[in-house]
Amino acid sequence: MKYWNMEMENLKGDALHALQAKRLRWTVKQAGNVAFYRRMLQEAGVRPEDIKTVDDVQKLPFTRKTDLQGGYPFGFFAVPMKEVVRIHTTSGTTGKPTVVGYTRQDLDNWSELIARNLTMIGLSDEDVFQNAVNYGLFTGGLGFHYGAEKVGMTVVPSATGNTRRQIEMIDDFGVTALHCTPSYAMHIAEVAEKAGTTLPTLKTGIFGAEPWSDNMRRVLEGKLGVTAYDSYGMSEMYGPGAAFECPERNGLHIWHDMYLAEIIDPKTGEVLEPGERGELVVTPLVKEAMPLLRYRTGDITMFLEEECPCGRGMKIARLHGRSDDMLVIRGINVFPSQIEHVLRSVPEVGDEFLVYVDRVNHLDEMTIEVEMNRSAFSGELEDLTRTQNRVVAALKDALNLRTRVQLVEPDSLPRYEGKAERVIDRRGDVL
Amino acid sequence: MDTTQYTIKQISVFSENKPGRLAAIAGALQAEKINILAFSIAEANGFGVVRALVDKPEAAYEKLNAMGFMVSFTDVIAVKMRDVPGGLFEMASILSEAEINIEYSYAYSGREAAVLILRVDRVDAAVEQILARGGTLLSADEFS
Repeated sequence: MKYWNMEMENLKGDALHALQAKRLRWTVKQAGNVAFYRRMLQEAGVRPEDIKTVDDVQKLPFTRKTDLQGGYPFGFFAVPMKEVVRIHTTSGTTGKPTVVGYTRQDLDNWSELIARNLTMIGLSDEDVFQNAVNYGLFTGGLGFHYGAEKVGMTVVPSATGNTRRQIEMIDDFGVTALHCTPSYAMHIAEVAEKAGTTLPTLKTGIFGAEPWSDNMRRVLEGKLGVTAYDSYGMSEMYGPGAAFECPERNGLHIWHDMYLAEIIDPKTGEVLEPGERGELVVTPLVKEAMPLLRYRTGDITMFLEEECPCGRGMKIARLHGRSDDMLVIRGINVFPSQIEHVLRSVPEVGDEFLVYVDRVNHLDEMTIEVEMNRSAFSGELEDLTRTQNRVVAALKDALNLRTRVQLVEPDSLPRYEGKAERVIDRRGDVL
Repeated sequence: MDTTQYTIKQISVFSENKPGRLAAIAGALQAEKINILAFSIAEANGFGVVRALVDKPEAAYEKLNAMGFMVSFTDVIAVKMRDVPGGLFEMASILSEAEINIEYSYAYSGREAAVLILRVDRVDAAVEQILARGGTLLSADEFS
């Protein structure tokens, strides 16, 4: 087992709690430089010196995404602009983008996290790393780039686009590790298959920025010939790398010296126990430019109860979806990742799908367009109908919901290089 | 008996039920100078299968496949019918008496006779029965 920072990665018990409490106290103090937090702490009657143990975090109010949007652009910066050396923004898919600032120390902390993650899964300065994610304001590009350089890997900053060229680079440069979104990985796999290469040098896949199922892991591992690891993070927590799978690939270690994580009931705010699923709330412990207190991520997960054989700290379960991409269809909660999971269990249909949600006569109707698998086409109408019914039945089983399923031609649905947009909710279109 | 000469390759093309799909298929065949001798569309919930007999099935397959369509070959037989009342009844009776099931069928009326295209569950038995009862089957060559 390799460690980038063995002391911090394995920190446990009192030593860990003492460090977390100290850093939490510092974070509350740092947050006092932000007008929003000054007001919030005053109203809550909490001063930095009131934070004596980790559990004192529960004295703090929550911060919501809408709070951050209200501070657009720089309202949440806790340091003078001259100390801010970089800016990223969120994609703004759920509203106005959130602007995130970084001090030099923040960037160093972030690349340290990425270095830990890459080392944890057995990568080293011997590896060639292709970073096939957007390099702009999206945190995935530069975040992984600097972390991989810190490890000493040979970094190929391929970004997204020109998939054929991406595949050539993997083969010609002997790329051993690939980082991209799972949906782009699927596209790369399809194009590589058509180009007739098995990408023989590739051995590690790092996929993140959108939820992906264990089924998809199996498909990607089979198609790309990699061992695939899940990466978790968000711009508000620097970016990707806040939590990452170790070689056990059973949950993600959330880096306990840099993030204080809680799981709450999203409705009541009540703090939940390990094994109970709820919303992840994070208080970063070392963020200088943009400290956050009990930030509600909107992501649904739980703490895993069992200790990891690798020896590192607390793990969260793989993300099932964000509470804000959760669809409520006729009162039933549906995550697109569940639909994906079902579709992958039906071999006659392909990997790509699109969900339409409409309101017909005041009733929610969900229509799922899924691509046929080319090799499954027999030419017979009744085989197609059977496939269609099979998908409807499998979705009914998994979601307890009747859906319409449309079979569409292979390669006819849009492909995404970044985050896949799989849901088109048209209920708001009708007044 | 060898029935292969009477086994005709129909191309079956998956098509979403939306405007322009048939035009795309027909246009592609025109571009390749492929003649459509008979065709039908079977339609289900939101999609369909376009079935066609063409003079160059291999070329049609290649072209449509390259365009991204899902295409497959299906074995059918083509039998001449007398273009008079009772013509269809004669053919249907032969198959019925031999307990051969017609999965689907379509027809065209040519200059010399009407032709019935049949997709049956037992091709060999159908060919034998039709010939034994004096029917006339078109061979694959006659379509090329």
